[in-house]
Amino acid sequence: MAAGSTIDALGQFELHPMLGGLGQSLHFSQSPVMMIVASILVLAFLYVGMRPAAVVPGRLQAAAEICYDFIYNMAVDTIGPEGRAFFPFVFTLFFFILAGNYLGLLPFSFAFTSHVAVTLALALLVFVLSVIVSLKAQGAKFFAHFMPAGAPVALAPLLVPIEILSFLSRPVSLSIRLFANMVAGHVMLEMFAAFTIMLAGLGLVGDVLAVGPVAINIALMALELLVGALQAYVFAILTCIYLREAVAH
Amino acid sequence: MARSAVSITRKAASFVTSSALALPLMAMAAPGARAVGMPQLDFANPLVTGQVIWGGVIFLVLYLLLSRSALPKVEKVLATRRLTIENDLDIAHRAKAHADTAVNDLHQARRSAMAEAQANVEKVVEDARLAALRQTQEMNARLAEDIRQAEARVAAARAQALGSLRQIADETAQALVHQVSGASVPGDVLASRVNDAATAHGF
Repeated sequence: MAAGSTIDALGQFELHPMLGGLGQSLHFSQSPVMMIVASILVLAFLYVGMRPAAVVPGRLQAAAEICYDFIYNMAVDTIGPEGRAFFPFVFTLFFFILAGNYLGLLPFSFAFTSHVAVTLALALLVFVLSVIVSLKAQGAKFFAHFMPAGAPVALAPLLVPIEILSFLSRPVSLSIRLFANMVAGHVMLEMFAAFTIMLAGLGLVGDVLAVGPVAINIALMALELLVGALQAYVFAILTCIYLREAVAH
Repeated sequence: MARSAVSITRKAASFVTSSALALPLMAMAAPGARAVGMPQLDFANPLVTGQVIWGGVIFLVLYLLLSRSALPKVEKVLATRRLTIENDLDIAHRAKAHADTAVNDLHQARRSAMAEAQANVEKVVEDARLAALRQTQEMNARLAEDIRQAEARVAAARAQALGSLRQIADETAQALVHQVSGASVPGDVLASRVNDAATAHGF
């Protein structure tokens, strides 16, 4: 919000309890509300889209089927035949993040993916899942991956910690990538929107100049649509890559 | 292509990550960052951590609903379509096979019918030829018989005519003699003379 000559670009990420005292005691903010809305939208998209269950699909059904095929192919092509088992998880992850990113672009809405707590929780979920799958599929051989094959044993004291660090940095990079992209996008939108309001306060010249930030915001909105989809895709494809490494022997 | 896209994505992601990492760190390093900094990093706020619990529950419910109900529904429709298309193709292939068999049968039937018709035509022509030949032979035989009978009759008539010629010659000679001379010649003499004359003329 523009308050005088200062711009509060981060105020939009503040959480407020919903449903009054009940929300306060349940720690229920607008973020879980948007998660519920996102989930309902994803489910409604599939249920309403697939309701005709036609052999020759209509537009909505075709869209739902394309989304299904897109994630299914991503999972199976990247992970391999075992990807079928992880497909519902990857689908949930992708569309949960995508819906969250896109919902955040609506006015008076909130992007729950702009909170690092949420993205880190999702990234840790992926990380823990991949570790569990690795241990289940490879057993103790999983730990052999921390020593690159063919490397001199003498370098092990150097390589193993690097590999372990690199492995452990996965959830950090996965979560911060999404979080930072969302925050950056929303901060920029807020900044340019604030510029418009500030310029509009300068009289006629300001009114004319204020068109500039509006135009930029329109372009930014297009960019954010791209970033929202891209980040959901990156999150999902990296999940698939981690799972492929987990199931690969 | 997917691999290269992934590698580009990863490179881009690592770049974004490195720059993005600096953002919250700077925010945290700033004096009084908690108060004026990023609300996302205010982990003392129970609403921030509460998101994780709510998010976990909502994500789990969404995952269960998608994996148990919504996605199998899509899969069912896709499987039904695959099955329908396969069945339709199968039916079409079978129909084509039937049609091919029917066309072959038709051609076979046509060929055999033509062969049969040809054989029939040849048989009829042969029969007709034989019948005509037989008729011709019969007619020839009948005609030959008729000719033979006619010739026999002619020969008989001729013999008869030649037989009575002597008598007519005798009677004519008698009449001529009688007319010319008014005399009457004895029959045996006259017959002898006529016979001589006839022999002389080759009768």
